[in-house]
Amino acid sequence: MFANLPYLTVVVLTVIGLSIILLKRNMVKVTMGLNILTSAVNLLIIVLGYREGGIAPIYTLAPQTYMVLPTPQALCLTSIVIGVATTALLLSFTMVIYRKYGTVNVAEMRELKE
Amino acid sequence: MIPQFLWDHAPAMTVAVPLLAAFLCPLIGKFTATGRKAWVLAAAAATSALALFTAWRVYTLGTWVYVFGATVPNLSVPPDSGGIPIRIIFEVDAMSALMLVIVAIVGFSVILYSLSADGKRSGLEGYYTLFLLLIASIVGMVSTGDLFNFFVFFEISGLASAALVAYRVEAGRAVEAGLKYFVVSTLAGIFMLFVIAILYGQYNALNIAMLASRMQFTMLDKIALVLIIGALATKAGSVPMHFWTPDAYALAPSSVTALLVVASQASLYGLFRLIFTLYNLSLNAATVGWVLIILGVLSMFVGVTMAIPQKDVKRLMAYHAISQTGYMLLGVGTGLAVLGNVAMLDAFGRMAMEGGIFHIINHAIYKGLLFLTAGAIIYRVGTRDMNRMGGLGHRMKWTMIFFMIGALAIAGIPPFNGFASKLMIYESVYLFNPVLAIIAMVVSILTLASFVKVFHSIFMGPQLPEYEHVEEAPTAMLWGMGILAALVILFGLFPQQVVDSLITPAANALLDQSGYLASILGGA
Amino acid sequence: MQMSKIVRLSADIMYPFVVIFGLYVIMHGHITPGGGFQGGAVVATGAALVIVAYAFHDVKAMIPKILLYLQESGGLLLFIGAGLAGMLLGFPFFFNWLANSGSLFGTPIVPLGPNPGELNTGGFLPLMNIAVGIEVWGGLTLVILYMISGVGKEEY
Repeated sequence: MFANLPYLTVVVLTVIGLSIILLKRNMVKVTMGLNILTSAVNLLIIVLGYREGGIAPIYTLAPQTYMVLPTPQALCLTSIVIGVATTALLLSFTMVIYRKYGTVNVAEMRELKE
Repeated sequence: MIPQFLWDHAPAMTVAVPLLAAFLCPLIGKFTATGRKAWVLAAAAATSALALFTAWRVYTLGTWVYVFGATVPNLSVPPDSGGIPIRIIFEVDAMSALMLVIVAIVGFSVILYSLSADGKRSGLEGYYTLFLLLIASIVGMVSTGDLFNFFVFFEISGLASAALVAYRVEAGRAVEAGLKYFVVSTLAGIFMLFVIAILYGQYNALNIAMLASRMQFTMLDKIALVLIIGALATKAGSVPMHFWTPDAYALAPSSVTALLVVASQASLYGLFRLIFTLYNLSLNAATVGWVLIILGVLSMFVGVTMAIPQKDVKRLMAYHAISQTGYMLLGVGTGLAVLGNVAMLDAFGRMAMEGGIFHIINHAIYKGLLFLTAGAIIYRVGTRDMNRMGGLGHRMKWTMIFFMIGALAIAGIPPFNGFASKLMIYESVYLFNPVLAIIAMVVSILTLASFVKVFHSIFMGPQLPEYEHVEEAPTAMLWGMGILAALVILFGLFPQQVVDSLITPAANALLDQSGYLASILGGA
Repeated sequence: MQMSKIVRLSADIMYPFVVIFGLYVIMHGHITPGGGFQGGAVVATGAALVIVAYAFHDVKAMIPKILLYLQESGGLLLFIGAGLAGMLLGFPFFFNWLANSGSLFGTPIVPLGPNPGELNTGGFLPLMNIAVGIEVWGGLTLVILYMISGVGKEEY
């Protein structure tokens, strides 16, 4: 079970993130839920690159050639940057809506109907 | 005549030129506003020329492989890498070339239109930066051969288009529409990242060709396929996930809406590329084909029935965009459903795929035209509510002609281009399953009905007193609409030539997975 | 309204160290963990420290807006210029034209395989790290300042 612990963490974080997005009414909380979901996927990407007994992927004076994969680290970094931009834009939208509508409750900002 | 530089480097330049122009736009805008307009127009013209050149070379000489950061542009498998393609590889085959043609045409017309339509807004340096970034991200999405690169351009397009949809901050509703669109788009992006994690974890490759050559259809790959269809069909606006489309398309500035249509189709291209090239015959083609057909039929039907009672002209057109996306899914889904069966594929499967793909380019052109005419009307009249408009045909003659061309094209009336692609879809889908073809024809009739209603309520009738001062739309807007209208008529009058030269190579490239793999893996 | 004297004094003392650490993370991005975005975010955090400690009105006078805009645009242009510069020499887009070249960042020619390596052989990667670091610094500071102006009563 301990070998699978990172994957279980990913599942738990995904479920928490999705349930926040689906169930919560406050826009700031929905932004936090999206952040948690992004963190779950980043953790999954990093964990996939791990090799038991591998060292950091640096060639200079390497004591062995069995290394962890470096590509997932680059993927995760790009994803974190995208997450920062996403969070900043969502929070800006929430601020403008608060100024116009007076609420951050998703159920009350329903001016656009059929 | 064409410099050697372009012969070597055009796919990268098609992405680099709008990026560079977008980054220089705020600096130039700080000094002169007219200089910014000239700069944006020059950048759009250069991007369109480069995209058309790339597409022409791909159609005449075959797939173009461009490797970023190698010593020569086509060295996808370096001699010391052990037979594995490394670095980000742009692989432009005939289907990508078709999407580049769409971006070139619609991108240039929309920027020409937006120079006068958006000239009076505030904060314009941000506006044009985001616009050029959106064009760059669409070009990147359709040219790339690397799954993670596709995800990065997908997220850039989501960010840029959400910021553009929410551009008119002083009206609170635009920001609400942008918020709704952005949450859905980010969720789709996160699911794409799940897919990348699953596929990378199994096969240790990110390049689409490398993944396709290593693909065994395990249970995890089935989960990845479901997530791919879910995420990319969401961004394309098909039915169970279509709720962002009416709000986002209606409240964005009109030039942005026309480009959002192209961004949605780039996501649809991504869906087809991943299903046909990444999985191809390893998946259960009949089942997945039927899933696409069901999504298509639902989109067609729900789109057009929700469009009929609308009062807001752009919201109505947005529902029609959902409905037309259903046609594309129906056509290509039929082709996918008979993928394993060579006899049926040759009999009607290829024609169904060609019909669906031809509908992509037709839809981009006539839907762009319709949104631009709606934007011109709203620019002059000031309201989006059709109940308050009337009798505009007396004053806005050119706009009325362009709207009529667009409306007849979307309803599928000959000799406009909608008829050619819809006829191909009807004929081939009828041979597959007659009920689907009949549903498609009924939806087409309902489309015609709703556009007759729109045309009558906006343009016909007596001249209303409050619109006495309304004049024709400005010249730049008319030129932008005119380019698209001329192409609608041209594609409608010569459909066989268009299909033979543009569409059949694209459909063949989509169906032919081994050619795609051979360009990258089988030698330089 | 400002924070108390203790907070302002702590921010004054901490701010240079945070900026220096951020610049260290940017500059050594090709050797140690970190790089352009991470270092830029650390430096922007230093700017955020100052913004939180002082009143927005004073901060507006301290940090000129045009400098941040120039930083943002300049960083992006440097990045894409470094990518395009390889094309002028005849190589594809984003080719590492400084590596193994005997000049600025490519001084010793690198042998293949594990070896006691040389440190200054990154090619144009340190250049791009610096470009991204400058851009993220300017961009994130602008985001924070605009968000504060959106909450409060002063326009930015």
